[in-house]
Amino acid sequence: MNAVEHIGHSWARSVIAIFKKDWHSELRTRYAISALVMFVITTIAIILFSIGNESAPPDLLSAMLWVVVFFAAMSGLSRSFVTEEERGTAMTLQLLTSPSAVLFGKLLFNIVLVFGLNALTVVLYALFINGFVIRTLSIFVVTIILGSTALAASSTILAAIIAKANTKGTLYPVLSFPILLPWLLTVINGTRLASEGAFFSEALGEFQILLSYIVVVVATSYLVFPYIWKE
Amino acid sequence: MNIRIEARELKKAFNRRVIFQNLSFSLAQHQTLLVTGKNGSGKSTLVKILGSVLTPTAGTVTVTSDFTGRDHSPLADIGLVSPYLMMYDEFSAVENLSLALAIRGMSPHAAEIDALLEKVSLYDRRHDLVRTYSSGMKQRVKYAFALVHHPAILLLDEPMANLDNEGIDIVHRVMEEQRERGILIVATSDLSDINSYDLRVDMNERR
Amino acid sequence: MAVGIWLALVIVAGLSLPMVSQPSHWYELPIIPGLEEKARIIFFHVPTAWLSVLAFLSSMVFAIRYLRKRDLDDDIKSASAAGLGFLFCTLATLTGAIWAKFSWGTYWNWDPRQTSIFVLLLIYGAYFALRSAIDVDEKRATLAAAYSIIAAVTMPFFMFVMPRILSSLHPEPILNAQGKVQMNTTMLVVFLSSLAGFTGLYVWMWNLRVRAHRVELSHLHPTSSGGGALG
Repeated sequence: MNAVEHIGHSWARSVIAIFKKDWHSELRTRYAISALVMFVITTIAIILFSIGNESAPPDLLSAMLWVVVFFAAMSGLSRSFVTEEERGTAMTLQLLTSPSAVLFGKLLFNIVLVFGLNALTVVLYALFINGFVIRTLSIFVVTIILGSTALAASSTILAAIIAKANTKGTLYPVLSFPILLPWLLTVINGTRLASEGAFFSEALGEFQILLSYIVVVVATSYLVFPYIWKE
Repeated sequence: MNIRIEARELKKAFNRRVIFQNLSFSLAQHQTLLVTGKNGSGKSTLVKILGSVLTPTAGTVTVTSDFTGRDHSPLADIGLVSPYLMMYDEFSAVENLSLALAIRGMSPHAAEIDALLEKVSLYDRRHDLVRTYSSGMKQRVKYAFALVHHPAILLLDEPMANLDNEGIDIVHRVMEEQRERGILIVATSDLSDINSYDLRVDMNERR
Repeated sequence: MAVGIWLALVIVAGLSLPMVSQPSHWYELPIIPGLEEKARIIFFHVPTAWLSVLAFLSSMVFAIRYLRKRDLDDDIKSASAAGLGFLFCTLATLTGAIWAKFSWGTYWNWDPRQTSIFVLLLIYGAYFALRSAIDVDEKRATLAAAYSIIAAVTMPFFMFVMPRILSSLHPEPILNAQGKVQMNTTMLVVFLSSLAGFTGLYVWMWNLRVRAHRVELSHLHPTSSGGGALG
């Protein structure tokens, strides 16, 4: 094994180890998971009660689904970085590994969190919100997969930024909204196409946008993160 | 191993206020650096910069050894104990050391970890959460954390903080062993912490 | 001084040159059907929009320079540019809304350009919210730089996404996609002069702000080292 391979191998181990640390920590304390689950349940209940027996147009329902997801993400995805700062363990991590390993380890953690969150939201939404119908399942599934990854990517780098600032809670949605706006419009459009029963090929544009968004955000995060992370 | 650490023209400013500048020194293997100065003079800041967890405003820190250029991360050369260092208190001592090794990309060995915790007198409580430790025990976990990867350079900021006599003895032993192995850097306001040193930097004179 | 005179001439020309349906004299401007007198706003609205983008890009350039060289003077330049950008963006959004009211009936329309300039305004707002949440100069500079880079790379996505979602109400661009100029010559001259004049105004204002900030900061943080504060 030459040197570069070995470094790559230990970088990957580093990333997995950070993911595992965050994961085990979350299982023990359950801060983020409980906050997210309660948030999703409460918000869907609010929507349910607000709509009542009225029927809401499918377009509106598609949009609301992702609004719920956005705000749920805002309430839970910054945890991974914020706790390191608040508890003073950021320096501990800096001693252990390179910034890129920290970034990707926490990105992985947020991806898992977002997928779980979206699975819960979609299931509850489909079960309880009448009028929400998906006619082309394939579009919907791909939209969720790409959409979740894109959401995780942006949320992670932005969480890294606000974790180092003072008023973290309110700052997070304020910074995230303009950055996630292209994401929001695209996933809503994709869901709309899926609920209207469009052909899979009609949604290819949306998928391309999401995919390139993911690539651009991850690449930029990789370049910018070391400056954010290292004091 | 031939470890060397060299600081050149180090300067640090916060909010444009200069803490120190024009700081240069060079340390070779088996040497000890003592950093002194009253509280707020920048001792901890310097230690963080040397430990590469803080970026200097100007100047460089260079670490060279026989390992340079191979599959060796510069982070593996540094061990740090500081009042600012925190352990993951939802995990036990053993878990903290395991995750430290794993995140460094190394394989954790249970026997080695146990032996190290024995050395810092935490063997009996090694499976308890760090949250439940006394401040002296927390300090000792930090030592284990700093030593578990056998670093060539050991940085100690306020080494005796929160320690009783037994703890102090442990630290003296650690310092001796580190001098054998590589480089020792100690930052303290209490000169009785350390009995001999090769180089001294007094932060009071540095502004 | 020169800029002031230049702009004064532009304003006079923009407001007073007569509009006739068949311009035959050099000083006559064509009537654009549907816009008539209100077309004069093009001399002012478009430059402000152009400046908000220019300021944003220049802010980002200085941000990148700061990250590379850690010279806080670059941060002063970056923040000053952003401050002006914020001002001009607010003006652009407002003049745009006024133009929208006159042309299309309502102050707000889901038009890609109107929405884009508003999103740019949100980005500026987020940028300053972030800056005000950090105490340490060096950290503030780094995090603000990181955010402006992330915003800059995700903005283009918004440009691509909007047209897919909505149809455009924006008037057929007078400077169209092929770059062929369809503007009457006189109008073009006034327009370009206005553009140049406003750009000059921007550079002048930016220079003033940078110098003012430097003085302010050197009084706030007098340093004992020779040479005074950085920059």
